[in-house]
Amino acid sequence: MTTETRLVEVRTKILKQNDIAARALRARFRDAGVYVVSLVSSPGSGKTTFLEQTLRSLGGQSRVAALVGDLATENDARRLCRAGVPVRQITTGPVCHLEAEMVAQALDGWNLNELDFLFVENVGNLVCPATYDLGEQMRLVLFSVTEGEDKPLKYPTIFNTADVAVITKLDLADAVNFDRAAACQNIQAVRPGMQIIELSAKSGQGMEKWLQFLQIRAAIYHAPEGR
Amino acid sequence: MHELSIALSIIEVAEEEVRRRGDVQVLAVHLRLGPLSGVIKEALFSAYEMAREGTALEGSRLVVENVPIVAWCPACEAEVSVVAMHQLACSTCGTLTPEIVSGRELEFTALEIKP
Repeated sequence: MTTETRLVEVRTKILKQNDIAARALRARFRDAGVYVVSLVSSPGSGKTTFLEQTLRSLGGQSRVAALVGDLATENDARRLCRAGVPVRQITTGPVCHLEAEMVAQALDGWNLNELDFLFVENVGNLVCPATYDLGEQMRLVLFSVTEGEDKPLKYPTIFNTADVAVITKLDLADAVNFDRAAACQNIQAVRPGMQIIELSAKSGQGMEKWLQFLQIRAAIYHAPEGR
Repeated sequence: MHELSIALSIIEVAEEEVRRRGDVQVLAVHLRLGPLSGVIKEALFSAYEMAREGTALEGSRLVVENVPIVAWCPACEAEVSVVAMHQLACSTCGTLTPEIVSGRELEFTALEIKP
């Protein structure tokens, strides 16, 4: 450094704007009493099928809605609409992840007070979504039995930023010699203490347990002493 | 490749500072980056080169301080380093360490400027 130059301190988070938007969303969700769950995973891990079954099951008793992110097409929104609940697609174009502001814009015109649960399906990507807070209360990371037990070790950051791991496509576990113990051990290595839920949205195995878990988490959130 | 979005955010923050301080030239932008931030340093450098073009940051460089992962070890009752990013266990005794003390940083720390 020459004598002419000087170093000035600027202490700020780089994603300040996203953090501000996420904080505003979280406050909005809290005021409206809606429990927000986001889903991250690699493409093809079964996010949409899992979400469709979840929306169908919850739809009868609770007021639910979903936002789905993809680079292009409205295919997922069309698919999820079959569950009979409000669904909106967020097409991100060249952007490989959802940001809080995109979620805020997609909610435009929806009355959050009329919802109990909102699901936000991120773009299928195990890297980029890890960095962005969306104001959700619970972030699920899904990985299917066909992806290999070491997926968590290869993408530790996304597992580390998620709250719950969901192992999907359990109906295919035998066909691919899925090593359950190894998968769980790998999840624990990258996120010690992480809750793991195993299920098959296709056969329905484990779905009831997941829905119970979700209801309990939501009840804790709504309890006066909840966070 | 979300590093381009990150690079654009860095430039946004830096340009705000430049505007606030009047007509200064930015020589370097200093950051702190943890391995659990989800940002790859090398990718960020290339993205920054692209993103700075035509902005007040043109010609400036990125200086990145790598922040190591530090966790609280419940067995050692101390802040410890971990085995690896994919093995969040105490490097001394091997106990799993759920509580991360640092390593998620994605922070702007300083600007090197020339009046």
